[in-house]
Amino acid sequence: MTQTAVSVEAEVLAALSTVLDPELDEPVTELGFVRSVAIDDEGVEVHLRLPTSFCAPNFAYLMVADAYDALSAVSGLGRVRVLLDDHHDSDKINSGTAAGLGYVGTFGVEAEDSLDELRRTFQRKAHLAAMERCCRSALASGAWTVEELPLLELFDLPEGRLKSALLRRREAIGLPVHSHARVMVDHEGNPVTRSDVALRLRLATTTRVSIEGNAHFCRGLLATRYAGVDPAGSAPVVTNTRSHP
Amino acid sequence: MYEKDGEKYYVVDGHVHIWDGRESNHKNVHGKQFIDCFYDYHKNLSPEEVVWDYDTYTYYGAERFMKDLFGEGYVDHAIFQATLLSDFYRTGFGQTDEAFGLTRQHPDKLTYNHAYDPRNGEAGLEQLRRDAERFGLKGVKLYTAEWHGDSRGYKLDEPWSRRYLEECLELGIRNIHVHKGPTIRPLDRDAFDVADIDKVATDYLDLNFVVEHVGLPRLEDFCWIATQESNVYGGLAVAMPFIHSRPRYFAQIIGELLYWIGEDKILFGSDYALWTPKWLVEKFVDFQIPEDMPEYPAITTDQKKKILGLNAAALYDLDVPRHLRLPTQAGDADAEVAAGAGA
Repeated sequence: MTQTAVSVEAEVLAALSTVLDPELDEPVTELGFVRSVAIDDEGVEVHLRLPTSFCAPNFAYLMVADAYDALSAVSGLGRVRVLLDDHHDSDKINSGTAAGLGYVGTFGVEAEDSLDELRRTFQRKAHLAAMERCCRSALASGAWTVEELPLLELFDLPEGRLKSALLRRREAIGLPVHSHARVMVDHEGNPVTRSDVALRLRLATTTRVSIEGNAHFCRGLLATRYAGVDPAGSAPVVTNTRSHP
Repeated sequence: MYEKDGEKYYVVDGHVHIWDGRESNHKNVHGKQFIDCFYDYHKNLSPEEVVWDYDTYTYYGAERFMKDLFGEGYVDHAIFQATLLSDFYRTGFGQTDEAFGLTRQHPDKLTYNHAYDPRNGEAGLEQLRRDAERFGLKGVKLYTAEWHGDSRGYKLDEPWSRRYLEECLELGIRNIHVHKGPTIRPLDRDAFDVADIDKVATDYLDLNFVVEHVGLPRLEDFCWIATQESNVYGGLAVAMPFIHSRPRYFAQIIGELLYWIGEDKILFGSDYALWTPKWLVEKFVDFQIPEDMPEYPAITTDQKKKILGLNAAALYDLDVPRHLRLPTQAGDADAEVAAGAGA
């Protein structure tokens, strides 16, 4: 009796779907950034691609490193390779990741410090956008006014996609997720005052508009860039030549 | 000049190029990658009927430039923004001599903005003085994220950069255009970060800082600083073409900008030849915020007139024909600030 829980292909794709583009706050699998997945007796080789040759190398590095970490956590895969295609820093990033050099090791004199702060900046933006969506939804229901929003608690939000997205992003930046935590807080968890609430909501809206717009733009550019080359469109080409299941 | 429904619009294209991205001019693979990336931008965001073939796109020359802007594009005045990229291209990407030669032939129609890099130290300052005299500079274009030897970027508030900005004041260069947008390579922190603009705008109130591409992809950060600084402007190059492919997103961008920075601080630009001004001007004059987006007020004809040309005319002292002006002076830095200001 074999336990065929999940196919290895599904496991690999599930691991990759946990990797987010930090700037766009969406999984690389949904953005079309995973070009191919090849599984064989040695292990797995994944190729990533981006909308332009000049996408920021720091974000590119984060996605390659995160994909490598996510796949390394899948048991029984064997050797993990993650390669970035068609980028001006492809060689540097690919060899740096393979050698486990870390970001500063990969970019040498060009890098000043680790990417932790950069990552946090974008996790905060993502939280702001998720918070705004929940607040707008509460306002749209008619049960809340802008002035009342500082009192809104996680408990008051209906279960669903918006709320679970907010909870994930709160966890990422270390904010409490218990049911009586306030929704409208800054990234350190300080509640927003009544006098500030309208302005804070407005800024959060601009942040959401910006993130959503960037994602549209990147999707469009990726489609244009690979229109003639990848008939599969944005779905990754998955091959499995393993001799054992 | 563009006319529609009895309204006349004075048009300044605040962001144009004559480039040479042909293979013969590539220094290395990055030259190829860069023009290919531009071509993807062009193909992805232009209406199908105005998409160019690749070879024309790599080099189109002065004659085509004049026809697309002044013959067909309704443009009254255009401003060259230098894009040197000398690490990628033998004679640079933007063709300085061709652009400046054309400016000399048509001083009423063209303004030439050159570039500098404060990482060139004293020698660069000398060069800036010579360039200011030779080109009669009123503006410069800066790429803070450009590679330079081992450096992959600088901040406007660094000591050397400040020396250059002070030199600009001396030389009468008032308009500092800063590229914070996509495709020029950032590294460490976030090269699209506009925080350094905030610092220098406060310290150099006699300079105007025009953030090209309205801070995209960091629109929110740009709006936040621009709303607090009277001398920060937003150039619409790269944001404009969304008017065709993603009109609702364009409505959001323009709605946010009008809210935060106001109608006097937004400047039209095509980024020619990334996109051609003709269709951008036509669509912008016809554009209105969709009715199901009540969060943004409707755009008025006067606002469109300011954005399309009058604001840039004020920055560059262009002589706008009397019948194309507005009763109130557009582009006046002391004008009523936007709703977002005072935040």
